[in-house]
Amino acid sequence: MSATPVLALRDVSKSFGSIEVLHGVTLALEPGTVHALIGENGAGKSTTMKIMAGYQLPSKGDVQLDGAPVRFNSLHEGEMAGIVMIHQEFNLAEQLTVEQNIFLGRELKRGPLLDKAEMRRRTRDYLDRVACNVSPDALVSSLSNSDKQMVEIAKALSRDARVLIMDEPTAVLTKRETDVLFKQVAALRAAGTAVLFTSHKLDEVAEISDHVTIMRDGAVVHSGPSSDISEDEMATAMVGRDVSDLYPAKPGVERGAPEVLSVENLSVPGFASNVSFSLRQGEILGLGGLIGSGRTEVMEGLAGLRPATSDRVTLFGQPLQFKQPSDAQQAGLCYLTEDRKLRGLLLERGMRENLTLQNLHKFGGFLIDRGAEETALTHAISEFDIRAGSRDVRVGNMSGGNQQKLLLAKIMLSEPRILIVDEPTRGIDIGTKQQIYAFLRKLADQGHAIIVITSEMPELIGLADRVMVMRLGEVSGTLNAGEITEDAIVRLSMGLRAEQMPMTA
Amino acid sequence: MTDVTTPHTKSFRMPSMSVLGPIIALIVLLVIGALMNSNFLSAANITNVLARSAFIGIIAVGMTFVITAGGLDLSVGSMAAFIAGLMILVMNAALPSLGVGVPIILLGMFTAIVAGLLAGLLNGFLITALGIEAFIVTLGSMGIYRSLVTWLADGGTLSLDFGLRSFYRPVYFDGILGVSWPIIVFALVVVIGEIIMSRTVYGRHCAATGSNEHVAHYSNVNVNRTRLISYAALGILVGIATIMYVPRLGSASASTGVLWELEAIAAVIIGGTVLKGGFGRVWGTVIGVLILSLIGNILNLTDFVSPYLNGAIQGIIIILAVILQRERKTAL
Repeated sequence: MSATPVLALRDVSKSFGSIEVLHGVTLALEPGTVHALIGENGAGKSTTMKIMAGYQLPSKGDVQLDGAPVRFNSLHEGEMAGIVMIHQEFNLAEQLTVEQNIFLGRELKRGPLLDKAEMRRRTRDYLDRVACNVSPDALVSSLSNSDKQMVEIAKALSRDARVLIMDEPTAVLTKRETDVLFKQVAALRAAGTAVLFTSHKLDEVAEISDHVTIMRDGAVVHSGPSSDISEDEMATAMVGRDVSDLYPAKPGVERGAPEVLSVENLSVPGFASNVSFSLRQGEILGLGGLIGSGRTEVMEGLAGLRPATSDRVTLFGQPLQFKQPSDAQQAGLCYLTEDRKLRGLLLERGMRENLTLQNLHKFGGFLIDRGAEETALTHAISEFDIRAGSRDVRVGNMSGGNQQKLLLAKIMLSEPRILIVDEPTRGIDIGTKQQIYAFLRKLADQGHAIIVITSEMPELIGLADRVMVMRLGEVSGTLNAGEITEDAIVRLSMGLRAEQMPMTA
Repeated sequence: MTDVTTPHTKSFRMPSMSVLGPIIALIVLLVIGALMNSNFLSAANITNVLARSAFIGIIAVGMTFVITAGGLDLSVGSMAAFIAGLMILVMNAALPSLGVGVPIILLGMFTAIVAGLLAGLLNGFLITALGIEAFIVTLGSMGIYRSLVTWLADGGTLSLDFGLRSFYRPVYFDGILGVSWPIIVFALVVVIGEIIMSRTVYGRHCAATGSNEHVAHYSNVNVNRTRLISYAALGILVGIATIMYVPRLGSASASTGVLWELEAIAAVIIGGTVLKGGFGRVWGTVIGVLILSLIGNILNLTDFVSPYLNGAIQGIIIILAVILQRERKTAL
């Protein structure tokens, strides 16, 4: 590795407000190599890529181009330097054609007029190179996700990129499309382009990359040639971390605890199929799997929040089917959304109105009893240790941890006997996390049954009595108390063969 | 992280400009009016202004709910014209069998309310069940009702039978203790509307739906039903406004209720309800309605500014109101 890196990060840190999310990241991209960046959700991969592409500036450290420090003040400056980034969320104008998108901002002209013929010819040429069969005149909004991905790549080709950065490019592609993409990546590599990409599919990383960098908690934990590390070692490096007393003790589910929920072949069209599981009183069931594996949608389907079908759902011994979420609430089953800002709370409103929104029927018949609402808020503030500047603060101005506590307080007003919490600790500090874990365990000890959906491996291991893992819309395995290890969960969610482990679906 | 828990702080807060703005504007208009014309504050003039405001006002209260829940209804003006035409046709047709009397008036009123309810339900159904944008649906129904009334009147005017008209007249011109019926009905609608908006579960659900329909859905609020009810209620209120309006002129034509929708929406916005939904107040809408009619009244009573500039001044007030709303957002 003697070549000068075309683009590099040297000891880069990044803070948002008072929270540092990247700690001294060093990463070098060499011409003609494919570099894979892997890590769990939230490990800092996206931020790292955005800093490299000029979307964000580092708080500390340098971005170096051809060995010299540079400062990209905008994405445009990055692109001028030959760095092109393809986002997970596409950056295409939906109402424009493929050709208009590819030449957006750099339209070819002939005198004062657009040279449409030439742009169309070149567009077809770029599309041919990625074996993409769409017409240059097709509207982007009419394309499938994989075609959009290919158009993005064609657009990058048209930029003559020296560095191509791709955030999970294969997430939306089929196996065949992935092969086409990799052929194109190989061609770019041969032409001397430096390619950086992220993926959750470790087999792909092993297949296409020359160099792999593994991140965990905002820091690089491993960096080296891909040939020197096995897929298993990658998985171990991604997750291995110490979890000591962050989690409450697990007393274990009582032997004779009754089954409170049993689900047979629950399917949510487009997201999940034939999911079966059961839940016992006092149990915390962890639900793992990658984002997009259908775990959220399955539970939303169960709670009546989106259309779902099933052979049989039994709640407390009674067969039930929830047509709308209020039916589920009435039966004692509540789902707490993962997205507290867009689905959980009215950010423009105060705590009182948010707290009682789901249970207004408990606060008076026709007229709302504001006094009772205030009492409930006082109670919630002390029980959930909500720390807000004042009682009538706008919820949008509260910290993430306090918002999450308010959300928990809101759902607990429904007095659920079965509680499904989705990413209960996303983006909140460790102290609040601990409080939330303790609260969930206390609920379970009181005889509630809880399902915790989470992307955080340690959370599954530290909190759950049993872990179910989903992959591509199906249950890929269930791990009982003794079998819950990081390794086993990663294997199940990555689709690696399970070794020395029973597959109970 | 540096938050301090203060369990009970009910500090006094200066009402923001979005609260004070419309009230101050109303007071300023009253003072200007009183200074410019001694007749302005006379009982006759005030009653006249209020009675004329009542039609738009009754509709605007319904519009407040629709907008608060994140919707919009452009069809109310045409809907009023259509309902007025329908009501006149029904009453004229029933005249030979029922004769002039209370039953035929009740039949007319019933027709207006049922027609309003159905028209509102139709708008609401298309918007909620079929998921078409409110702007598009009501732009369409606006054209449909306007055209239907023109067709019913065969391009001319539908007139209530003369005998019936004089019997029905008191509904607009009479009242209790010198307060005319339209004002009484308007006041009732306002009081009930304000209570529903600020004190009931339905009002809270409207605000939640307009504020963020995903949050509302995930909080088990039936978003579609909330919206449907708001359109249906608006339809009924349009029917009630028409019941008050028909005895005034005793006729309906293609030009009945023209631009009512815009006046109603303007009144709602001037009153501080947020156009994109999520926050509404009925009392504010009342002030908005009064401001709009006072401007017209003052221009008519004084020769300081040409009455032809009425629209321009209303336009300025509407834009000012929205600027005040934006300040509220950044200030808080």
